[in-house]
Amino acid sequence: MTALDRVLTEAKIVVCCGSGGVGKTTTAAAIAIHAAAIGHRVAVVTIDPAKRLADAFGLADGLTNEPTQVHTVHGSGELWALMLDSSTTFDDLVRRYAVDSAQAERILLNPFYRNIAGSLSGTQEYMAAEKLYQLHRDPRFDLVIVDTPPTRSALDFLSAPARLTRFIDHKLFRLLMLPARSGLKVLNFAAQPVLRTIGKVVGGDVLADAIAFFQAFDGMEVGFRDRADAVMSLLHSTDTRFVLVASARRDTVAEAQFFATQLVETSLAVAAVVINRLQPSFGDESVEPLGPRATSQRRALWNNLSELRALAAAEEAVLAPLLSQVDPTLVHRVPLFDTDVHDVEGLHQIAEYLFAPT
Amino acid sequence: MDSVQFLSATRLAIVAGKGGVGKTTVTAVMARAAFDAGLRVLVVELEGKSALADLFVDTPIDVLAITAAEALAEYLAAHGLKRLSKRLSTSGIIDVVATAAPGIDDILVLGKLKQLERSGVYDLIVVDGPAAGHAISFLLSARSLISAVRSGPIRAQAEDVLEMFADPTRCQVFLVTLPETTPVNEVIETAYLLEEAVGVQLGTIIVNGIDQGAALPDPDLVGDLVGSSALPQPIRLAAQFRNRRRAHQRHECARLNAELALPQIHLPQLAVAGIRADDLPPLARALVHAIEGLE
Repeated sequence: MTALDRVLTEAKIVVCCGSGGVGKTTTAAAIAIHAAAIGHRVAVVTIDPAKRLADAFGLADGLTNEPTQVHTVHGSGELWALMLDSSTTFDDLVRRYAVDSAQAERILLNPFYRNIAGSLSGTQEYMAAEKLYQLHRDPRFDLVIVDTPPTRSALDFLSAPARLTRFIDHKLFRLLMLPARSGLKVLNFAAQPVLRTIGKVVGGDVLADAIAFFQAFDGMEVGFRDRADAVMSLLHSTDTRFVLVASARRDTVAEAQFFATQLVETSLAVAAVVINRLQPSFGDESVEPLGPRATSQRRALWNNLSELRALAAAEEAVLAPLLSQVDPTLVHRVPLFDTDVHDVEGLHQIAEYLFAPT
Repeated sequence: MDSVQFLSATRLAIVAGKGGVGKTTVTAVMARAAFDAGLRVLVVELEGKSALADLFVDTPIDVLAITAAEALAEYLAAHGLKRLSKRLSTSGIIDVVATAAPGIDDILVLGKLKQLERSGVYDLIVVDGPAAGHAISFLLSARSLISAVRSGPIRAQAEDVLEMFADPTRCQVFLVTLPETTPVNEVIETAYLLEEAVGVQLGTIIVNGIDQGAALPDPDLVGDLVGSSALPQPIRLAAQFRNRRRAHQRHECARLNAELALPQIHLPQLAVAGIRADDLPPLARALVHAIEGLE
């Protein structure tokens, strides 16, 4: 039984984290396809707006913010896939916590809100966590797998719900509502040097939209905060397991070490480590050196093996610090294949390196 | 093509590509090659990364880190709001401003780059651009702001940036990719988006991590020709593996060439991905060699 086999028996949520370009989406998809094959009802969420996951699953129409069933999977379970649309997810959340539909509409149509939902840093991470929470509570699924946004820090994802509520609940709100609370009319904001400055930079209309947003949002903070707390405790519960994805590059190894440290500091354990695209070394068998009279063709073939084995050894040296930091039984090694993984068959090929044979 | 001519064809070279393709490596290599050619070079890092500064500690190449918060503070200071800017930047005001008008943080950074480009202090400014999806919204910010903001200094800033984008002698975007299926698909998609939506000139595509060694003989034929003992299994497997990977790389480069009518520069694979200062001079020579091979 591998560490990932154990993850699948114990976890209800699997979070794949790691830096950009290490194969998080592919790893999440390979775990999902195996979990479905052994009987789980799986939802896999991708954050990557590129069509990669849809292509790998053979879904010609792409993915949406709602689960689409993947029928190319064999086995006793089910596989569903979706692509996070953070702005739609945010809209749903606003509708849920608005007192009435009029309040929801006022917020949804506000240009400042559209900007928060579309591009405030941290929104995507928050909505990924929110989506996980929704899918976790959806009776159709017993396992949710997600690849995280390529943020520089694992904590960005873990703390995003808290950060965003802090933003909504505190900084801007207090700043912009200050005139109203001190008895001045809100529209007197021009008298406030801070607001005047913001107005100068972004324009008066934009600032008026911001104020209108915070007025419309009034009363919804509690609902938002409670929800964020629930999402946070789910992420920190034993139902959630973190899989660290890395590759043998100097920069990604350094980042993976940083991730591992951060997770431990937040009292979250790394449940498994997946190292992708390792240079194969073609077995342990040592090859006798060539004699002095060998042909140049043979020499080229012998040199090739020693070059590739030297590359594999160099990768091991790069990985060593990470490997010494984590329990070796957690580590799964996936070799570089002689062609790129881009379909269901390729995902099964990866899964063979992640799970014990069934 | 003459390498000095190539490296001084534009003053602002923005290096862009998806995470993991080697943007930082390409930025450093271009800067080093230009420096070796006697050009005055500036390297710019965005998003608070610091890998580049470490690569150039022993080389007299200027490295500048630009953040949106600093660009905003500078902008406010330049508009007579210095005292406020001090108070504002410490209270995280950039979040507020950037939320109120998304793209404003990007336009401030682009404005700063434009100012450096205009200053004439450098022959080549190489920018390690933002990652993946953000590269497009970063470069698009000028156009989006122009449609959103009708007047004022920010609009003027955005107009200046667009003017710079329109002039290939002032600014070009260099896309970086790997010779693999997904990165090639993504770079094709990005290239079309950038040309159509941003209107910026794309420079040569840089394909990183090419396995450039001499061709290997087919292991099956070698056994027969020599007529000696059969090849050991690891020798056979290693040769098959490398031949297939190389064929795959060639296939992907050819596909990229068929779908994007842009010249390609191939940079060799490093022993281990992730660049170190020692790797720079040989890679810079490889770049110059590749440039000289361009028509």
